[in-house]
Amino acid sequence: MSALAKLLSHPAIWRGDRLSSVSTPSLPTGFPALDAELPGGGWPAAALTEILPQHEGIGELRILGPALASLAARGRWLAWIAPPYLPYAPALQAAGIDLARLLVVRTRSPRETLWAAEQALRSNSCGAVLAWPEKIAWPELRRLQLAAAGTQALAFLFRPPRAAGEASPAALRLALDTCEGDLAVRILKRRGAVLGQPIRLHPAPVVNRNRTGFHHAVDFALFPALPARIIPAGISAL
Amino acid sequence: MSLATACVLAPVLNHRQRDPAAEAAALGQIAAWAVQFTPAVSLQPPRGLLLEVEGSLRLFGGIGRILDAVKRGVADMGFTVSVACAPTVSAAWLLARGGAERVFAGARAIRDAISPLPVRVLDCDAQALETLAAIGVRSLGDLLSLPRDGVARRFGQHVLDQLDRALGLLSEARMFFTAPPRFDAALELAAGVASAEVLLFPAKRLLTQLAGYLAARCAGVQRFRLALGHEDAPETTLEIGLATPSRDAGRLVILVRERLAATTLAAPVTQVRLQAGEILTLAGDTGSLFPDRMNDPGDWARLVERLSARLGQEAVHGLAPRAEHRPERAWQATAPGAGAGAGQAARSPRPLWLLERPRPLDEVDSKPHYHDGPLSLIAGPERIESGWWDEADVKRDYFIAQTPGHSMLWVYRERKQPGGWYLHGIFG
Repeated sequence: MSALAKLLSHPAIWRGDRLSSVSTPSLPTGFPALDAELPGGGWPAAALTEILPQHEGIGELRILGPALASLAARGRWLAWIAPPYLPYAPALQAAGIDLARLLVVRTRSPRETLWAAEQALRSNSCGAVLAWPEKIAWPELRRLQLAAAGTQALAFLFRPPRAAGEASPAALRLALDTCEGDLAVRILKRRGAVLGQPIRLHPAPVVNRNRTGFHHAVDFALFPALPARIIPAGISAL
Repeated sequence: MSLATACVLAPVLNHRQRDPAAEAAALGQIAAWAVQFTPAVSLQPPRGLLLEVEGSLRLFGGIGRILDAVKRGVADMGFTVSVACAPTVSAAWLLARGGAERVFAGARAIRDAISPLPVRVLDCDAQALETLAAIGVRSLGDLLSLPRDGVARRFGQHVLDQLDRALGLLSEARMFFTAPPRFDAALELAAGVASAEVLLFPAKRLLTQLAGYLAARCAGVQRFRLALGHEDAPETTLEIGLATPSRDAGRLVILVRERLAATTLAAPVTQVRLQAGEILTLAGDTGSLFPDRMNDPGDWARLVERLSARLGQEAVHGLAPRAEHRPERAWQATAPGAGAGAGQAARSPRPLWLLERPRPLDEVDSKPHYHDGPLSLIAGPERIESGWWDEADVKRDYFIAQTPGHSMLWVYRERKQPGGWYLHGIFG
């Protein structure tokens, strides 16, 4: 290593083209390509993270799967506040998330959503707080960011793609889109230099193309003693 | 003086009818609260309460602390109190009636302590008091210096007995108060209260009583009911549940505050009533030298309580899978923290988001369409046909579909008439 490189690797020196090497507490995302571009090498704890998916169903939850599973496995609580649809228990379990640590909170108004999210953060008892606010303004974002800063929880806020143009106090902002079937993560904001290129990830695939074992669940009214049977595809069920 | 005369003399006089039943109920409520200091609580109607505290001195750290706690608690419940402490129960009672806040021990000091008290602290008729005043007997000391047989003849043996009991010359047997098995206390509000925030004050008084009642039984509550009575409308009932049993008045007050904030009152409230049926045993806290804040289940329980107090019990829940083929029934809501449990592991992919009601999809050229165009079916069909026995049978072919924007959806083709395509889940 040259003398200059040695000097520049001193922790007190920060270069504009690099991620800040300040050790922010964080949790690996489970995607090494993403970890490499995040300050601290993972989802930042004690800070607000915004996720802005272009469409629903492109992997906006699957990208959180590994982190949520590891938090739940360590006995930390996961609070889902005002989710847009029903978090589906069998799929969550299949993703390795311990459902005993899951809390779903339904709200009736945007105000209640923000209140519940703030309470969940301030209580300092959750490993991760996920919230889907319908609308949120700067002062409320600031409140949540402050509430998040006082805990060790991961705080995820899901917002529509049009929010990308608005300023936000969140420490990390990710825009998600698809690119040739992959999930393309564009880092809108992070603590450190701007990253131009989107990161391409392959979150847990929905369909395993190598596997053909699809199943039918058919019950036969003729055999009431057997209310439901599993018959592999390929065998004519009826 | 009659009420009419009084009103003429003071036209702004604000007068109320005395309600002996309400006074007796209030005394019972204070007694139920006071049982936390000693099991030996005895009623002295209409407005006296006697506590034998010698056995509790060590536990509470001295008589001063007990008296402070009594005064603070009674004030929190909205009553004024005059306290006194003496070696005999009657002496304490006479001192308290005389308004002398005195504390002393030692039987010899009793005579000196009660001597300056006015004779009216004794329980005797008005005529006897007038006679005593006429002969110049103003204090108990004056009365004690009169010949005993004369006093007994002129004013009755019971006057003499009261003095003897106070001095410890005559033994005294008292009935101890037993707290009711259920907590049920009410407060009448003088004027109708229309603001939920103002209601917090009477509620706080009742919760203080409840906390004392529970402390006496080493118990806690996990749910309680606050009933708000209206002048001419059916009462509003608030059922409040806790994640773990508690008797911490502060914690209960926070929950009631959240709940009241979310309640709209139908009419002004004239009565607040607090009921707690299920009394659960609850051990006291053990003080830990190094409290483990991160894994403290208390924070979590308090969060769940606050959320469900404001948003409603059913709005805060956990999730668990169920062994069932029909996707909409393959899950269930559980109490927070009681999730997981056995469910069959899905053999086929399941979406992370499920729509509570399947959403019909447009069909163009017999292909399902989503917002941004035709769906391409990637995998399937997975046939689910089940539930004929409970009138909610399904006959569906499920597919995993992809939109032109690469969103992954879970759709199905209805096999019952009239058919059609539906969106049932999203692979988030």
